[in-house]
Amino acid sequence: MAEKIGSVMVVGGGVAGIQASLDLADSGFKVYLLDKSSSIGGVMAELDKTFPTNDCSMCILAPKLVATGRHPNISLITNAELVDLKGQAGNFLVKFRKRSRYVDEERCNGCGLCSQKCPVEALDTFNEGLSNRSAIYVEYPQAVPLKYIIDREKCIGCGTCEEVCKAKAIAYDQQDTETTLSVGSIILAPGFEPFDARVKSELGYGKFPNVVTSIEFERILSASGPYGGLALRPSDGEVPRKLAFIQCVGSRDAQINRDYCSAACCMYGIKEAIIAKEHVPVALDCTLFYMDIRAHGKEFDAYYNRAQDEFGIRFVRSRVANITEDPKTNNLHLYYVEEEEPTTEEFDMVVLSVGMQPPAEASKLANIFGIELNGQKFCQTRMFSPVETSRPGVFVCGAFSSPKDIPESVAQASGAAAKAMSIIASERGKEIVAKEYPPERDVSQEEPRIGVFVCHCGINISGTVSVPEVVDFATKLPSVVYGEANLYTCSQDTQGMIKEKIQEHNLNRVIVASCTPRTHEALFRETVRESGLNPYLFEMANIRDQCSWVHVHQPKEATEKAKDLIRSVVAKARLLKPLRRPVINVTPTGLVIGGGVSGMTAALELANQGFDVHLVERTKNLGGHLREIRYTLEGENPREHLDSLVTQVLENGRIHVYLDSEVAEVNGFVGNFKSKINSESGEKEVEHGVVIVATGAKEYVPTEYLYGNAPGVVTQRELEEMLFNGAFKAESVVMIQCVGARTRERPNCARICCGQAIKNALRIKETSPETDVYVLYKDVRSYGFKEKYYRKAASKGVIFVNYNDDRKPEVSSDGGKLKVLFWEPIIKEEITLEPDTVVLSAAVSPNPDSKRVSEMLKVPLTKDGFFLEAHMKLRPVDFQTDGVFLCGMAHSPKFIDESICQACAAAARASTILSKKTLEMEGIIADVDEDLCSGCRICEHLCPYSAIEMNEKQTKVTAHVLEALCKGCGVCGTACPTKAITLGHFTTGEILAQVKAALVEEVRA
Amino acid sequence: MSEESDFEPKIIGFLCNWCSYAGADLAGVSRIQYPPNIRIIRVMCSGRVDPAFILEAFKNGADGVLVAGCHLPSDCHYISGNFKASRRIALLQRLLQDLGIEPQRLRLEWVSASEGDKFATIVREMVEQLKKLGPNPLTKDGGEI
Repeated sequence: MAEKIGSVMVVGGGVAGIQASLDLADSGFKVYLLDKSSSIGGVMAELDKTFPTNDCSMCILAPKLVATGRHPNISLITNAELVDLKGQAGNFLVKFRKRSRYVDEERCNGCGLCSQKCPVEALDTFNEGLSNRSAIYVEYPQAVPLKYIIDREKCIGCGTCEEVCKAKAIAYDQQDTETTLSVGSIILAPGFEPFDARVKSELGYGKFPNVVTSIEFERILSASGPYGGLALRPSDGEVPRKLAFIQCVGSRDAQINRDYCSAACCMYGIKEAIIAKEHVPVALDCTLFYMDIRAHGKEFDAYYNRAQDEFGIRFVRSRVANITEDPKTNNLHLYYVEEEEPTTEEFDMVVLSVGMQPPAEASKLANIFGIELNGQKFCQTRMFSPVETSRPGVFVCGAFSSPKDIPESVAQASGAAAKAMSIIASERGKEIVAKEYPPERDVSQEEPRIGVFVCHCGINISGTVSVPEVVDFATKLPSVVYGEANLYTCSQDTQGMIKEKIQEHNLNRVIVASCTPRTHEALFRETVRESGLNPYLFEMANIRDQCSWVHVHQPKEATEKAKDLIRSVVAKARLLKPLRRPVINVTPTGLVIGGGVSGMTAALELANQGFDVHLVERTKNLGGHLREIRYTLEGENPREHLDSLVTQVLENGRIHVYLDSEVAEVNGFVGNFKSKINSESGEKEVEHGVVIVATGAKEYVPTEYLYGNAPGVVTQRELEEMLFNGAFKAESVVMIQCVGARTRERPNCARICCGQAIKNALRIKETSPETDVYVLYKDVRSYGFKEKYYRKAASKGVIFVNYNDDRKPEVSSDGGKLKVLFWEPIIKEEITLEPDTVVLSAAVSPNPDSKRVSEMLKVPLTKDGFFLEAHMKLRPVDFQTDGVFLCGMAHSPKFIDESICQACAAAARASTILSKKTLEMEGIIADVDEDLCSGCRICEHLCPYSAIEMNEKQTKVTAHVLEALCKGCGVCGTACPTKAITLGHFTTGEILAQVKAALVEEVRA
Repeated sequence: MSEESDFEPKIIGFLCNWCSYAGADLAGVSRIQYPPNIRIIRVMCSGRVDPAFILEAFKNGADGVLVAGCHLPSDCHYISGNFKASRRIALLQRLLQDLGIEPQRLRLEWVSASEGDKFATIVREMVEQLKKLGPNPLTKDGGEI
């Protein structure tokens, strides 16, 4: 067998590919991240806001883009495509072609001058063709890598860009190149494509300007989009007053061979309606036409309820048949049927919620990789191996395996990363380079000697700000001993030059006046560190993004402002102190709480990566909820998988299983936890570096519909057991959905019950086709590929009847005879049935132990009692507390494959910690002066991370910062009445000096 | 209150690193023009803005102070720093009145990383409003607090 390789290729740089890359690279593997487009970011970069928190998409994505772009273990291969794959799991040879950018990536520093001067206008594809860009461009302002590309189809070859490019990066004659790389495993994350709405010609997309797709509407809503964030009509730029959203365009539509549900459109449709109302200054009517609202994710129904109650969005259960346009006004007429009545309604703009389809290159990828696709050309995965493709060593994540939203893509991405690491776990750390730095110079006894480097940024700064004047000014400031101007301070050769000047002039503080620290501070800190200075002895003055670019027509004022900004940071720099990055040891062991499918999977994944695991289960058996699942909708045998999983766990030498046991106490912090495990045999103390919470959930015990009082009323779980044992016989069955879910007290959906009901209904029909099965539902939420089983159930004669909260079904028992009364909305009549069995689709309740566990670990719960992750969108399995992770039903109700994805994800996230001997924490953290501290505890209560604890020392109680937990917000310092606690690099003294110097002239003493 | 036509107010802006500073950067990237009267100081979180910083600005002749952070309720990178800022600024505005400084000179805004335009608009509005208010009353006769 060929030797294994400790590197991974990730194909696709959307949010899933980015997450997988970061997890792998942070766990000691080399990553090649390949994307077909010229920058990473994928569809998420195009979105305006994200549901259900309405976070700005770019705000939360950009830090990940930057982290990926500058990660020493990630190589970005953009504008590239795969050509060939050879080899096997552990040792593949991947061949790819990198298309020419006609711009030298090494030289281009992203200043953007070329684009400004380019005389050509082309459609801006990032803005979905709603605005123009130049022929030389980046996809979006925050693009990573920030390297320009020439659109050769539009380029007229005028040579302007070559003339203005001071970096000499234009390379008209650049050729495509082919390269072959050795990697150990591969992750496919090519994402999806929006459905082409032209196929549904009756909806008028492409013919009528005011019919737009949802992705176009995201750009329209975006503050950086074509209309600056105002929701305007493309036909005349007017503000719409009446807006329609049409759901399921290219989804749930067998006529056009799209029989699956795209799973995310209901929520993004609702989100776009809410944001549109927020963005339009006048009263805006929003109507959403839908078949079922599929708000099956965590807290999604609460969001849906707000859309109705707070925002007054109108929801119409109907499929719009046809749209025509009034040619005079460009308004649109929608033809639809509501409550069996044909209706026409006029709107002034229509948004089509387009579904997800596999990327165009899906078949080509399948051929190259030799992987199986499903009937819809998505990547085929299985219930118990949701991140594996049919080819060993090739894994999948994101929408390519099934349509899904961002948090599920992110979880699956981390899950795929875990699997990709396990097969090459022995090669961890072998393909990456550890960086060595010179010993740090002690500057504590030196007077400040500041060097100021002022950047021209081509002409981006010097076109407005007089750079020579600024340099002259800076060098005359107190403590400044050296100043110079650079064409590009960020270029590679300038880094070398800065290091020389530090030595030559014995500088002990460095200031760069250029662009924004958000993108460039890390680079310059690195340079400073390489020359033997503490990286925190560095500051930036932002004289481009916040000066020359925003005062283009006021060169004099801009120059004065640049001087003030530099004077201000010089005053701060004088006071800068070296900061220590705390280093903490890591115990390479995990603690997993809960022995269900999630807990066992997480434990196995950690063990496969070479880490010891303590797996603690409260009951006498491993298996949890999975023990009660007898068959699945997709036809796989859960018991077989359960037995195999239990055997693997019990036989794994690295996993220590504690049954009938409870974690009683957890102390410590990331890398260094100490916990007590209680069992009948006594108490045991274990040390570990991470905690994974996999405590699961329970079936809700109904108090509704005579449950417990009439023998014929059972839950879906009980029915499943009877069906499995062959003990079930009935002529007529009524199933009632949403029992204990989507109510006033428990507003959210339990996600799995629609699938359960369809599964059991189909099972009944299989064994006795003559049995009548009715399903009374609010919305059938058979999202993704589960939709086809809904269709199958309907075709087998299962009758689905919609009900709403105003007319809930009623169950009564008359001398042991069950009666169900409900309203049939199509024939508009009340119907009474006398079924043998009433089956309640009972919701999922949080584990009753969750509260205790949450208090023990100091991690939060949602209002519903499930655990609340660090960020609903991008950190689905992390807690805000470092080193504590989450997976499975403890997070929220979910199906087996989704729990397995999250469990693998939690293991991958945990391995970013466990794979390191030591963790280097951020240096910008709070620090307490114990002499000044009065022990008042104000900071302790304010700290959002519980990073402050009170220490008692002989006579005095003082605050103490737990360095591993502090995130450096500085809230504590602001509130401290004695100014005993302050934030490093943003000390009160430093900021006060900065404020004063920004306002008041200084003269050299 | 005098309305001097050539009076150019000086503004100090405290911007949180994650949302508002990024929003100000986006104004630059998008070349949205606004008056050059503001000097921006980056802090990690709007919750880090100590009332002492704001008083120091007024004491040294700032005519206005802007504090900008992540949108309420949930955009804050540090969970709840923006809430803390909003409470502190509300209190300080009352205190400023007692010191003879018009509370309108201190403004708290939520600016996200995609709201370059909003940031520019805020600066434009502040400059206009401060021009109407006239110079910081503490500096009119060269006095200090």
